[in-house]
Amino acid sequence: MLTLANVGRRFPSGTEALRDASLRLQTGDFVALLGPSGCGKSTLLRLIAGLDAPNTGTLTWDAGQPPAPGEIGYVFQDATLLPWATTEENVFLPLRLRGLSRTQARPDIAAVLARVGLTGFEHARPRQLSGGMRMRVSIARALVTRPRLLLMDEPFAALDEFTRHRLQSDLLSLWRDLRCTVVFVTHSIYEAAFLARRVVLMTPRPGRIAREMTSNLAPSAETRLDPAYAALVARITQGMEAAL
Amino acid sequence: MIARLAPFLFGSIALALWEGLVRALEVPAYILPAPSLVVAAFAADPVGLLVSLFSTLTVTFAALLVAAVLGAAMAIGMAASRFAQAAIQPWAVALQVTPLPAIAPLIIIWVGDPFASLVVCATIVAFFPLFANTATGLASPPPELTDLFRLYGAGRVRTLLLLRVPAAIPYFLSGLRISGGLALVGAVVAELVAGSGGFASGLAYRILEASYRLEMPRMFAALVLLALAGIAINYGLGAVGVLLMRRRGDA
Ligand SMILES: Nc1ncnc2c1ncn2[C@@H]1O[C@H](COP(=O)(O)OP(=O)(O)OP(=O)(O)O)[C@@H](O)[C@H]1O
Ligand SMILES: [Mg+2]
Repeated sequence: MLTLANVGRRFPSGTEALRDASLRLQTGDFVALLGPSGCGKSTLLRLIAGLDAPNTGTLTWDAGQPPAPGEIGYVFQDATLLPWATTEENVFLPLRLRGLSRTQARPDIAAVLARVGLTGFEHARPRQLSGGMRMRVSIARALVTRPRLLLMDEPFAALDEFTRHRLQSDLLSLWRDLRCTVVFVTHSIYEAAFLARRVVLMTPRPGRIAREMTSNLAPSAETRLDPAYAALVARITQGMEAAL
Repeated sequence: MIARLAPFLFGSIALALWEGLVRALEVPAYILPAPSLVVAAFAADPVGLLVSLFSTLTVTFAALLVAAVLGAAMAIGMAASRFAQAAIQPWAVALQVTPLPAIAPLIIIWVGDPFASLVVCATIVAFFPLFANTATGLASPPPELTDLFRLYGAGRVRTLLLLRVPAAIPYFLSGLRISGGLALVGAVVAELVAGSGGFASGLAYRILEASYRLEMPRMFAALVLLALAGIAINYGLGAVGVLLMRRRGDA
């Protein structure tokens, strides 16, 4: 889907957030970008989304051109919903920005809300929802345009562990059903090991890609109890320690 | 409940003390009239004072309306274009730091029409909080949301209409509440500067008139009306803000 070659990003303030990052994204992959705070994970994600441009290196899309608006979904650490808008209006936003009327969009909105388990909450405002439900709205908003690529920047970091586990399992089943490509930023080794097919380890300042590991776990809700999961966590931990 | 009654309790005690002390010390009415005399002065000519209050309030609300429209429009203009921001910002600050009494005589001469010149003066005072608050509100959405709009290819205008303007509404409303009180102050200051040469019907003019004639109780009655009007404007606009936010569902 996408090849990043020797990508570097230095901000005008002088901070070199990223140096020589090379990465290949396969269609249908689930990649975790794993690294400590400040290692340039968000910067890398913004470059992929086209929200920022690299100073050096290139991004090459297999399709020949960058994705059109709506082909990329983005989920931030905070749900970042419009506080004055209902669940339905928040999820409608990407379609609205593409020029659809609410009537045209309603079936898609209903379908995606059902998929993330929010049926019945169409008319709730963000402040009436729990943190986990707000994140579900945010995910529904990212999915409503049926993106080919889903970028997620520590989406579950602010949630409690029970909610996080639920959302992680739900994300996995979403990914299997929708067959989109996911790049998932996290600083949790456990989260990366549970979710990703491929774990990319990053080192801080300037951010570099230290190494990649592939997971051979079958993605399922029972994975957490699987000894192979514990072994993968240990392998990533060792890799991280070697890289730092 | 107690906290609600507290201002009234405090006011009653202060009034009783005032009445008692003025009587006990035999303070002459032309220096400090007792509250009972102030009430009597109001009762002697309620229509005259209320008509003056109405006149001042007309100036106040006209100015508030103009300031709200101008303040919001200029803030939005600034948000829409960097050039407009560079062009407008210093002038808005200059307007804010210039003391009204210093420019009021000039405005009264230039504008000519007494009502219009009073409105212009009060608008100058009321403008800044509305303008500054709206500008702050327009810049308030978190960068993630602006990024999201960019991701979906929304241009400046769409981002302004669907994100920044709705985000600015609560800020605008709290600016409106501040500016309501300021518009009243501006109207009174302008009336004082204009004096008898001006509109000659507002409450400030009644205050001037009473002070020339040493009618202290009447002067106090006018002052009390002004204070009550200010409080009513402040709480009224506050309630309007809460109501609107509740209707939109985010308060
Ligand atoms: N717009 C910017 N201007 C200047 N410096 C920036 C900017 N964005 C990020 N940085 C710096 O670049 C470095 C990498 O930031 P980035 O947000 O990509 O890290 P991160 O890995 O996402 O960290 P975290 O886990 O805390 O989110 C940091 O040192 C940060 O301060
Ligand atoms: Mg980050």
